[in-house]
Parts: sequence; structure tokens; C-alpha cells
Amino acid sequence: MIRSVFLFFYLVLFVTIPVQAELSLEITTEGLKQIPLAMLPFASERDLTTAISPIIIADLQRTGLFRQVDVSGVNPLPSEASQLKLADWRAKQATAVLIGSTSIEHDGKIKIRYVLVDATTEQEKLTEVISVAPNQLRGAAHRIADAVYEKLTGEKGVFSTKIAYVVKDGPNFQLRVADADAYNERTILSSKEPIISPKWSPDGTRMAYVTFELKRPLVVVQNLSTGARKVVANFRGNNSAPAWSPDGKRLAVTLSRDGIAQIYTIDAEGQEQPRRLMTTRAIDTEGVFTPDGKSILFTSDRGGSPQIYKIPVEGGNAQRLTFTGNYNVSPRLSPDGKKLVFIQQNGAAFRVMLQDLDTNQLQNMSDNALDESPSFSPNGRMILYASKVNGKGVLALVSADGRVRQKFSTQAGDVYEPAWGPLQ
Amino acid sequence: MNKIVLSILVAAALAACSSDPKKEAAAPVTESKVATDSSSSSSKMPEAKPLTAPMEDASPFPVKGQGGALGERSIYYAFDSYVVSDQGKPIAAAHAGFLASHAKAKVILQGNCDERGSREYNLALGSRRAESVKSLMSASGASVNQIEVVSFGKEKPMMDGHDEASWQKNRRVDIVYQGE
Repeated sequence: MIRSVFLFFYLVLFVTIPVQAELSLEITTEGLKQIPLAMLPFASERDLTTAISPIIIADLQRTGLFRQVDVSGVNPLPSEASQLKLADWRAKQATAVLIGSTSIEHDGKIKIRYVLVDATTEQEKLTEVISVAPNQLRGAAHRIADAVYEKLTGEKGVFSTKIAYVVKDGPNFQLRVADADAYNERTILSSKEPIISPKWSPDGTRMAYVTFELKRPLVVVQNLSTGARKVVANFRGNNSAPAWSPDGKRLAVTLSRDGIAQIYTIDAEGQEQPRRLMTTRAIDTEGVFTPDGKSILFTSDRGGSPQIYKIPVEGGNAQRLTFTGNYNVSPRLSPDGKKLVFIQQNGAAFRVMLQDLDTNQLQNMSDNALDESPSFSPNGRMILYASKVNGKGVLALVSADGRVRQKFSTQAGDVYEPAWGPLQ
Repeated sequence: MNKIVLSILVAAALAACSSDPKKEAAAPVTESKVATDSSSSSSKMPEAKPLTAPMEDASPFPVKGQGGALGERSIYYAFDSYVVSDQGKPIAAAHAGFLASHAKAKVILQGNCDERGSREYNLALGSRRAESVKSLMSASGASVNQIEVVSFGKEKPMMDGHDEASWQKNRRVDIVYQGE
């Protein structure tokens, strides 16, 4: 009986974590059973320019899956599992305890040692020593959070990944890249003309996007480490909607050089003539490769309204995937290829929908009015998309089970066209 | 060989000044045309055709806001539609007549959409809207060589509001004369 009471009890938790001056983050978890953890400050980390444990704790809390128990008043801070009084942590309901220590080496590097201990079995689940330069402490903390997350959930963590997005502030457009926690934000392109559809190459070294710098849309590939750029599609009319093949060698693009928007594939260097995927008298656009590289999903209005279809990459018959509603656009697949996320118009609202491709069951993932550009995190757990709050462009995250929601916004301007980079 | 390479200025010089190259924004896209032969290993692409073509001598255009349909420059659309409305047909016909009688006149048809839905689908829809006007103009006597088509999708809204009054004005094709 108590269980059924809990089923009807919905806890809505708002946590506001100040990420940095530019981006604010709001997390909502609904009816979620969170795993209680005791994540202790690392011994000696106060001597460092950047403390490690607060970054790890923020990463894990942001998933909505974990709850930090009260860890105040621990003195001295333990650095070995043998120093832990695990009965005390069990009394606080902690299922696991994370401890660690740091030291500054003679060559200036920082040595970090951490241990994850199962509070019930008292076994060490994870022990690792890593050594990093002082300016890589945030990255080291994200790697530790990834390892702890994978040990506790069995799935890959995405704390070391990066996201890209476009910021429009007045007449200025900027393509920016940041760590997954919105730190280390940097601008990789500034323009007075629109930028849309940024897409990370599968290895994370290049970004394809659409720029209007020459007053009409062109597809550009930018090397992220050198800033060097190459126009890979510049034909008559519009050049847009880049999507990488899983091997990073080809791009699907939409070209209107023959009058109507159609999907082609090109090599990622823009050297060969484009190969037309199919010839229709309808709009075909938003091509995206399936994870196995064998098919392309796309949006087409060939049936009288925009719907999502799938076609073999060498061409052939297109198979329609969406059947409810008169406006289904912007398809993206989960990394395992089993789930489809897209935008559906429902009355006045445009919302993120999730479709199980085995059962075709649909789930509404948002209660916003103007969603766009959804995509999966590289571990498939989260869906990242753009939305509007009071007319202002914001980024939003929802877990693939619909229970954890987050929003990112900038203080100035609109943020949109989010793209999650690959696992590092 | 008529193949032309479009090369892009590399931001390597900028990047070299920085310990973290990602801190540097990329250089603006600039075009330079380099003729190549087939033995060149550099990338080959069709010749870039800048949208802002050089102004032609005394390129004629009708006066805005005068002469009825010929003074109009914008054709409006219903949501997710590229069918030229009764509002748009006389405007397209009037400009087609002007183009037919002024062989040196050229227009760019700029397709636009409202803020709802997919950016990429709207880019394709704006293109289709502009193509629909081009077809009408062509059927009414204008040469297709006088007509250039481009779409801005929902990226350049004329009205910033989030209501039907703004959306209605943003779903449109603008007829822009070269040199106007």
C-alpha cells in the first residue's frame, strides 16, 4: 500500500545551480527515485586552484538520478576506504561513498586518487589514480564523474562531452562550443548573418554547419582545432541540412540547385559531384544517417504534409515512419537506432515526440509551445532540444524516460540549434 | 577545364597566435576563384555565384508603392503552404510583365517563413515559395534567366512578434530587383 501511495506522490524538485554568468540551469525531476550517495570533499583539494569534488557532485546531481546525503562535519577527510565508518553512512541511507585525495607532484602535475565504496557490501567498486596538469582539473573531475556514473548505472557518462549551439544577440550570430556543464564556452564563428544546423563529426574534430555569410545558405566544414574552414556545398540556390555518415567520410546535404529541395550525399571534403539520393517533386530535407550508416531518415511533404521517412543510402523505396499528425519534422535516432525523436505539431504547439520504432508507441516529451532541433546525448539517456520561454530561445534537456528536465538560457539573446558532441 | 575551385581563407595565422586555437573564432568566409586543371589535387567545385551580382548598367526596376500590383513587392502565404494566393497572383503577373518588357531587369525572389517548426524544413519551404512565384512569372512571360531564387527560411523574420499578426507578415516572398 505504501508503494502505491508513492506512485501517486509526485515530487517536483527545482534546483537552480549557477553554472556561469552567461548560462543558468534549472533542473526538474518528477516522481523520481534518486540513488543516495555520500560524495565527500577530497582531502587536500583546497590547496588546488580548482576543487575536484564540487565538479563531480554537480555533474552527478545534474542527471537527476542521484541525491547527495548530508556530508557536513567530516573531519579529518578520509582518503582510504579503511578510514570510513560505513555504518554511519548506511545510517544516512547512502548506497555508496566517494572519497579522494589530491597532491601536487614535484613536476607541478596534480595527482588525484579516488575510491568509490559500496556502503552495504563495503567493497571498493572503483579505485583510480590520475595525474593531470593544473589547467586540466575540470576535465579530470568530469572523467571521474563519468567513471562513477558508469559504475553505478552501467551506462556511459557524458560529462566529458561538449555541446555546440548558436547564440543570437541583436544583429550578431555566434556559433559556440562549451563543455557539457556549460563551462569553457568559446565562440568558434561570429557573423552578422544566420548560422544553423551545426553537426559534430563522429570523431568530434570538425563541425559542419550552414552559414548565410554570402547572403544565401552554404554548407561549411570547420576544423575545430585550427579554425580552418572549407565550403563543401555551394551550388545554385540553397545548400543546407548537413549530416555526417557514421564513418565521418560523407555528408548528407539538402540542395535546391534543381529547383526543389532534394537530398544528396557528398564527400566531406566537397571534392566529388553530389550524388542525388532520390528524385521527387516534393520537399525532401533534414537527412540523417542511421547509426549503421545503411539508411537515411528524412523529412518530406510528398504525402501532402511533412512526415518522416527512411530510405536505403544507395536509394530505393522510401518507408514512411510517422502516421499521426500533419506536421512531423526533424528526425534523429537514438545511438542504438531503436528510438526516433522528432518535432510534431499538435494544435498550436510544436513539441518533442519520442517514438519506439519496434512498437511505434509515441511519447510526448515536452509541454512547451515552440520546440525544435531535438537530438540524443551520445549515451542515449537525454534528449537535447531548443525551445522558447516567453519568446526567448532556450536550450532544454529531457531524459529519454521523460522524468528529468533541465533548461539552459543565456542572459542576453536567444540560444538555439543545439548539437551534442560525441563521447570523448 | 571550366572547373573552378572555391577556396576559403584559413584561420591558421590567427590560430597560431593562441595557445588554445578553439578560442579563436574562424575567419569570415571569403571567396577567391582559382582556376585548376584536372591534375590538381585541390578540391573541385562548381564556380561560386555570388548572390550580390555586380550591378548592370541602368538595370531597370519599377517604382515601389506606385502603379498598383507593380508597386507591390511582397506575396503572402498560409502556414506550411507554397500556393500563390489570390493576393499574390496579380503581383507576380505584373512583375512578370515588367521583366518581359525589360530584358535587362533581374529579380531575386526571397522566400521567408514564420518562426514555427523546423529551421531546415522552413528553409526548404521558403525555397519552394520562391520557386512557385518563379514558375508563375515564367508562365507569364518572364525569362527564367532574369529570376534568381533564395530562401532565408525563418532566419530573417521581418516581424519579431510571436503571434499570427507577425507570422502572417513573415510568411512571404519578397521580389527584390537587382540594383534597386
